[in-house]
Amino acid sequence: MGYFKDIFNGGLSLIEGMGVTARRLFRPLVTVQYPRKKIPLSSAYRGHIELKIFGESGTHKCIVCLNCEKTCPSGVIRVQGEKLKEKGPKTLTSYVIDFSRCSLCGLCVEICPTSTLKYSREYELVGETWADCKIDLLARLARQVEEMEAEKKTQGIAA
Amino acid sequence: MSEGLLGSELFRLILGLVIVLAFSQLNALFLVWLERKVSGHIQLRPGPMEVGPHGLLQTIIDGVKLVGKELIMPLKADRKLFFLAPVLVFTPVLVGFLVLPFGPGLIIHDMNVGVLLVFAFSTITVLAILTGGWASNNKYALLGAVRSVAQNVAYEIPLLLAVMSVVLMVHSLSFSQIVASQKTVWFVFIQPLACLIYLIAATAETNRAPFDIPEAESELVAGFHTEYGGMGFGLFFLAEYTNMFIVCAVATSLFFGGWNGPFGISLGIPGVFWFLIKTYFLIFVIMWVRWTFPRVRFDQLMNFSWKVLIPLSLVNLVITAIVVKII
Repeated sequence: MGYFKDIFNGGLSLIEGMGVTARRLFRPLVTVQYPRKKIPLSSAYRGHIELKIFGESGTHKCIVCLNCEKTCPSGVIRVQGEKLKEKGPKTLTSYVIDFSRCSLCGLCVEICPTSTLKYSREYELVGETWADCKIDLLARLARQVEEMEAEKKTQGIAA
Repeated sequence: MSEGLLGSELFRLILGLVIVLAFSQLNALFLVWLERKVSGHIQLRPGPMEVGPHGLLQTIIDGVKLVGKELIMPLKADRKLFFLAPVLVFTPVLVGFLVLPFGPGLIIHDMNVGVLLVFAFSTITVLAILTGGWASNNKYALLGAVRSVAQNVAYEIPLLLAVMSVVLMVHSLSFSQIVASQKTVWFVFIQPLACLIYLIAATAETNRAPFDIPEAESELVAGFHTEYGGMGFGLFFLAEYTNMFIVCAVATSLFFGGWNGPFGISLGIPGVFWFLIKTYFLIFVIMWVRWTFPRVRFDQLMNFSWKVLIPLSLVNLVITAIVVKII
């Protein structure tokens, strides 16, 4: 009687399988229509590095010590600074990273003596040329400062 | 209706064919969209969403893309057969529509051998697949085509045996008579086993998963249509979906009462809509099956047909014959 038992058990398992997919037909979707809807990023996400903005000064604290540039195993970072005064500190004039070579090891963030480097939360990094992979962190900082000020203004109007 | 040019049989045939051509295209476009939606929602994705409301126009865009593609033929392929196959695969599909009873009187040509005609012509599909696979001069295409033939030989038998048990009960091969005799009780309640066997065999006949070994993407690239691109592939695709409609429409007329409502209750809905609702529900079930089960292995496929379906349908036919004789 193994023949009929096999058919019966096989049929039952098939019906059970159909039940599983039928229930999934009515479950909420897990995907979103990406460019228009985005899901919250994981707090552990580490993008390319960027300069931190400190509240008290409203800008970064880079002292152009070049530790990040020296410690980077892939030669990603190019930092340039100049002395504005004869016996003063150096001022940052250009901070460019070549993200196409970055392995996100994080040594630069750890070695920074003023903790002015942090991981950004940028993930839309599509580019068409090598030049698109070069990110000017100072320009990025200026943009972020502008955005923050614009936000403050709108909040001030609302309040 | 019976006099002059407008009432003539020829006019009726031509008008019917034009409507069928338009309907089969629209139906295929809709079914491709439905398939992608069903598969999407089973996998917790939304499916096509971008073109048109809920992606309804997506298949039209895909069709435009297919038409715009260059026709490529492999070197040393059989030129005539290669271009004949996609056309050939579409002919039985159109013939099938001739005898489908969409509603009372809504049948293009009510033949007294309608059931026989549909199944006789549906075997041409296999011939077209074999032609395409052979003419492609490609080992995957040939393997797919050979598998298709073996599968169709195996599944044609239980399919026809299941249909025979219904024919025995009605004593007619005409679709409209079969449907008319299900006015109160659908044959699915009298012949549940035959209905199940028919649906399984029909899924195999239309090369749908879990019986899609002729195209088996994971083993044979794309099976018999590996070398087809552009509209050649499009025609195979269209034929597959139109075939699905025909198979389900035949199942509706043979087992689910055609244009009749359940137990003689029509709820005021016209017969055509009953017919279409039931047909599209069966199509949905076939899609649901496709996205639930994995593909069977070739030996499992053959074993299932020869060791399970054929004996069961034979027993079912003999019992039906005895009961019909006694009553």
